[in-house]
Amino acid sequence: MNQTTVTESNVNPQLLKKRKAGSGKAGFYLRQLKKSPSGMAGFVIILIVLFLGIFGSWVAPYDPNLAELSKKLLPPMSEGHLLGTDQLGRDILSRLIHGTSVSLIIGSCAVVVAGAVGTTLGVIAGYFRGWVDTIIMRLVDVVLSFPFILLVLVINAVIGTGLKNIILSLAIAGWVIYARVVRSEVLALREKEFIVSCVATGVPRWEIILKHIVPNLFTPIIVLSSLQIATYIIAEASISFLGFGVQPPQPAWGNMLSEGKDYIFSAWWLITFPGIAIVVTALGVNLFGDWLRDVLDPELKGN
Amino acid sequence: MLDYLIKRTVQVLVVLFLALTTVFFIIRLSGDPTALFLPPDAPREQLEEFRKALGFDRPLYVQYTEFMTNAVQGDFGNSLRTREDALQTVLNRIPATFQLAFTALGLSLLIAIPIGINSAYKRNTLFDQTGVAFTVLGQALPSFWLGLILIYVFAVQFKWLPTGGGGSMIHLILPALTLAAYSVARFARFTRSTMLDVLRKDYIRTAKASGIPMYKILSVYALKNTLIPIITLVALDLGVLLGGAVIVEVVFAWPGLGRLLMQSLLNRDFPVVMAGVFLIAFIYSVINFVVDVLYAYVNPQIRYK
Repeated sequence: MNQTTVTESNVNPQLLKKRKAGSGKAGFYLRQLKKSPSGMAGFVIILIVLFLGIFGSWVAPYDPNLAELSKKLLPPMSEGHLLGTDQLGRDILSRLIHGTSVSLIIGSCAVVVAGAVGTTLGVIAGYFRGWVDTIIMRLVDVVLSFPFILLVLVINAVIGTGLKNIILSLAIAGWVIYARVVRSEVLALREKEFIVSCVATGVPRWEIILKHIVPNLFTPIIVLSSLQIATYIIAEASISFLGFGVQPPQPAWGNMLSEGKDYIFSAWWLITFPGIAIVVTALGVNLFGDWLRDVLDPELKGN
Repeated sequence: MLDYLIKRTVQVLVVLFLALTTVFFIIRLSGDPTALFLPPDAPREQLEEFRKALGFDRPLYVQYTEFMTNAVQGDFGNSLRTREDALQTVLNRIPATFQLAFTALGLSLLIAIPIGINSAYKRNTLFDQTGVAFTVLGQALPSFWLGLILIYVFAVQFKWLPTGGGGSMIHLILPALTLAAYSVARFARFTRSTMLDVLRKDYIRTAKASGIPMYKILSVYALKNTLIPIITLVALDLGVLLGGAVIVEVVFAWPGLGRLLMQSLLNRDFPVVMAGVFLIAFIYSVINFVVDVLYAYVNPQIRYK
């Protein structure tokens, strides 16, 4: 029984250092991230937002819907309310923290739905071309002939508010970007030798698409999605601000601003903090997305 | 050229026809459009009566054919509130929205192009990095929030400008600035990257070698060649600008199309909503068409693609 256990003390220290610095894919990305201050900043912001989104109800100091009229419109840093209270005496910090999960859920679900629909149609259009391509691309043109935010707003006004309907509205207006990007990628991939030789050797169509084309689409889709999430979060806040989207009393950054704008003459903090939350989140996602694009797709760098 | 013109015209007409179809189907997304036109607590008899009056009890294809036939002739029905022609109601608001959108566009080009050129020329200096930082920040800034902050600073605190309303140049300043902010970020970023490409070209090096002063090279020779891609971006951004105007108009109570659309949505005045949404799509498609044709005229290669 002379087994040596591997502990930190008996391993070559240089090897250990190497391992700690990270190896494999995760290590590569981590090292790349350390080189880019803006990418790192974005990454940290995303981690914080994710943390608040997931554990918000434990972190928030108060119940976000606890109204204490005796404590209404307290300025920041007073009576245990770090960011003050709103017109009903609800704690703004707690409402902001609870709003995080709403923004995250809507942003990420909309990206998944829009991405799935757009990618599927984009692959079909790009691979099969012909009349299928024409129909899908005309559909894309039509959706693009309406300004994005206007379309989201009108669709949401028609199908009704509520989380599911907001996600649906964003996805109906948003899938076209994916379809366009994916289609042009597929058109380029089709001409590549490894696809041409698959076709020539009689590999079935679905196998070419699923095994050889789709894996090559991951990079552009991930890059696009990281930037689309910010767009969707801002769009949700915009329509909630306009009175659609997330309805009060459920706290969301957009409807907090909407309620706060009536108190612009007396209570600046109502319109300040939810806006900062939106900007910081969108900024973090964008910075991270830009970094991701530079690392995954060096050809696009700087564009 | 004529072939291209015909092809693009047909394409635009098809898109507009489909856009009109989309407008028809959007308000049927919820299943029963009657419920949209009336408040949620409307009694059942009123719903039935309304359904008959608006013809929603007929088969869908009959309604669709009728809607399309009328809409093509500019008849979207009457506003449910004012009883006036819906399209006319919408058209009346167009001048105010154009004032806002084009002032914002001019403003953003005026700010963005010099910044972009300077950033490219002074690449990786403090000026450039500050500029890049601002453009990144600008893209994360929701226009309605920027609007609220500008109102708070300039109207509430300093009392220099009105909080909202329309009718004069003074009322236009804050909404135009708000709307311009997003485009400034995009235009500056784009000008910078296009300029960087152009500055690497041989003819710029030749110009430098011939001793032409740098400001002249930048503002005449290089600028001309960056303008074409910028014009395309501007055309594409007009849609964003028109969409953004909807929100900015609401924040500043600017009496344009966007504010009318929002009020109509809240009042369930769907004939006006349909006319307005289609009109915006129409304007946007026509602008894109004009830009494409001009582009093809300038650059013959495009016609044969």
